[in-house]
Amino acid sequence: MATLNLRQVTKEFDGTRVIHGVDLAVADGDFVVFVGPSGCGKSTLLRLICGLEGVTTGDVEIDGARVNDVSAADRGLAMVFQSYALYPHMTVYKNMAFGLENIGMPRAEIESKVRNAARLLRLDALLERRPTQLSGGQRQRVAIGRAIVREPRIFLFDEPLSNLDAELRVSMRTEITGLHERLKATMIYVTHDQVEAMTMADKIVVLRSGRIEQVGSPLDLYNRPANRFVAGFIGSPQMNFVPVRVESTSGSSVTVALPGGRGLSLPVGHGAPAAGTPLVLGIRPEHLYPATDGNALLSLNVEQLEQLGGHSLIYGAVEGSDARATMHVAGQTSVRAGSAMGMAMDTAHAHLFAADDAGAAL
Amino acid sequence: MTAFLTRTRGRGRLDWTDWFTYLYLALGLFLMFGPVAWLVLSSFKTESAIAEFPPRLLPMGQKQVVVPGEDKPKPVFRVKLPDGSVKELAELRRIGLTSTMVDPAKPDDLVRVPIDARTPVREFKLATENYTDLAAKFDFGQYLWNSVFITIVATIITLLFNSMAAFALSKYRFGGRKVVFLLILSTLMVPPTIVLVPNFLVVSELGLLNSLWGVIWPAVATPTGVFLLRQYMLTLPDELLEAARLDHASEWRIYWRIVLPLTAPALAVLAIFSVMWRWNDFLWPLVVLTKSEKFTLQLALNAFQGDLVTQWNYLLAMTVITLLPVTVVFAFLQKFITQGIASAGVK
Repeated sequence: MATLNLRQVTKEFDGTRVIHGVDLAVADGDFVVFVGPSGCGKSTLLRLICGLEGVTTGDVEIDGARVNDVSAADRGLAMVFQSYALYPHMTVYKNMAFGLENIGMPRAEIESKVRNAARLLRLDALLERRPTQLSGGQRQRVAIGRAIVREPRIFLFDEPLSNLDAELRVSMRTEITGLHERLKATMIYVTHDQVEAMTMADKIVVLRSGRIEQVGSPLDLYNRPANRFVAGFIGSPQMNFVPVRVESTSGSSVTVALPGGRGLSLPVGHGAPAAGTPLVLGIRPEHLYPATDGNALLSLNVEQLEQLGGHSLIYGAVEGSDARATMHVAGQTSVRAGSAMGMAMDTAHAHLFAADDAGAAL
Repeated sequence: MTAFLTRTRGRGRLDWTDWFTYLYLALGLFLMFGPVAWLVLSSFKTESAIAEFPPRLLPMGQKQVVVPGEDKPKPVFRVKLPDGSVKELAELRRIGLTSTMVDPAKPDDLVRVPIDARTPVREFKLATENYTDLAAKFDFGQYLWNSVFITIVATIITLLFNSMAAFALSKYRFGGRKVVFLLILSTLMVPPTIVLVPNFLVVSELGLLNSLWGVIWPAVATPTGVFLLRQYMLTLPDELLEAARLDHASEWRIYWRIVLPLTAPALAVLAIFSVMWRWNDFLWPLVVLTKSEKFTLQLALNAFQGDLVTQWNYLLAMTVITLLPVTVVFAFLQKFITQGIASAGVK
């Protein structure tokens, strides 16, 4: 059980900076998920925490103590690798016992710890097998078991589910969150899959190009994305982005012109932009719905349909712009591809973002 | 097996390519296997049979029978008797140009014939005494022990040293590791004869002349072995080592408990190579070992060829014995050898 603090952590490889001054505080018992597209530095950040890589500048603190110069083994962390990194020539039992043997723990104690972990992970029957004789999910559990027996202060998971098939991934997901509830340990979990992040995390850290874009609870990020990147990354199908232009501002609200000419008045948090400023309107597919009796704000040229029975997805181009949009409709739909339809929206869930690259929310 | 050996290209009949292929294969078999077969067969010939002209392929000895009343078995000849009949008789003794013969069935009936009227009767006979005499006549056991000692000890040290070097070169990032690796590899291009004299001087200064260790030490660091093991270790995922490091394993323990067991296939290949190299090594032991009690089998073989007399029957028998271990190693482990050649691109 431990807290973790990162202070202005940077990392350079051969002069190329891959982590740019990350600050992060993880509370005791938190399940924190690092999420971001590949190459965003999330695995590197995990390795910096773990001690497998040294930070270039900044501090890593565990339980308030600076551990920059403490070796990976002595930081009291355990890591579950993407490839599991099980020792192929050792049995499941040996795999789990290896770390304990290395610190000279008495044999009987090792045995009881390994058996306990095996029971917890339902590996009892497999202890004498080798990793090659196990299925993907079982290997995953052995890797987790190897972490558990060491009773680490913090568990680190590096994309542990990416090698499993979809079905197994779902069940392992609940297994890991169940484990977190039982052990009440601090866990840091790296994934590129926003569904895993949404379903497992107490707190999500969204990373892009070595920078933290936003930290918050899953629904926080979903409902109040800090910028266009987070808005687009969290949620599936992705949020729709439509270019708009400011028509007029009045105090804390702004009226924007939508493609197709209609105006829409939305509240803004701080500093309403001047008239004529281009902005981006963000609206999630489930907050769009087919227009009835003239409340249409946008017009969609339907290109493709996905009827999933319980709900339907309508894809198309937004009339009057080159933006594309997806609409999530409950139940089944009679809309045809090639037709045009009016779209209304739940304006309480509409977001406005700056049109620049940073795309900060207004 | 038969189906494999008699496989043809033409269906049911022989295509011209089949003729060509089988001819080619037969020729190859003869060229490669012929000398070995000749060696093995000749090693069972008596000294006189080896010197015989025209030479025969099979080891033949003169037929001998026990004649009642005589202590030793007597040689059998086919004799043309004065009356024109031909009989097989045993020769009791020979004086000058006359030979006294007897029919083993009628031991009292002596026949005297001129020696040019008789020809020896030959039969297939293995002169196993070539082998059994070896141990008694020469210090064969000592040579064998020297060879075995050098081969086994040098192989163990080779595996240990080369794997440690390969581990460092494949798994540690340090300045100049490419330079070190290239330096090691570049020694492959220096012919052994060039470093023979410097090596000799070093070994001599260390007082290792006429010591088996003088043969072992210069041979244990092989660039081929380092290269082969390094290439194999590169395929081991770094995550395994990192996992072990997190598991509080020291670097030595990572090497001993994780890397070495996982490199077993490559180690097997190197072990086979090393056994063959050390066992067949001739030039270096020849330079270092001058006392006959330190000779390896290869040196003993060489010493067998005297300036005046060479006992070919013993020499050939010893050659066969010397060839056996390597042949056995090759036969049973050829799968690993081909795998090793394929994985490292070395011979």
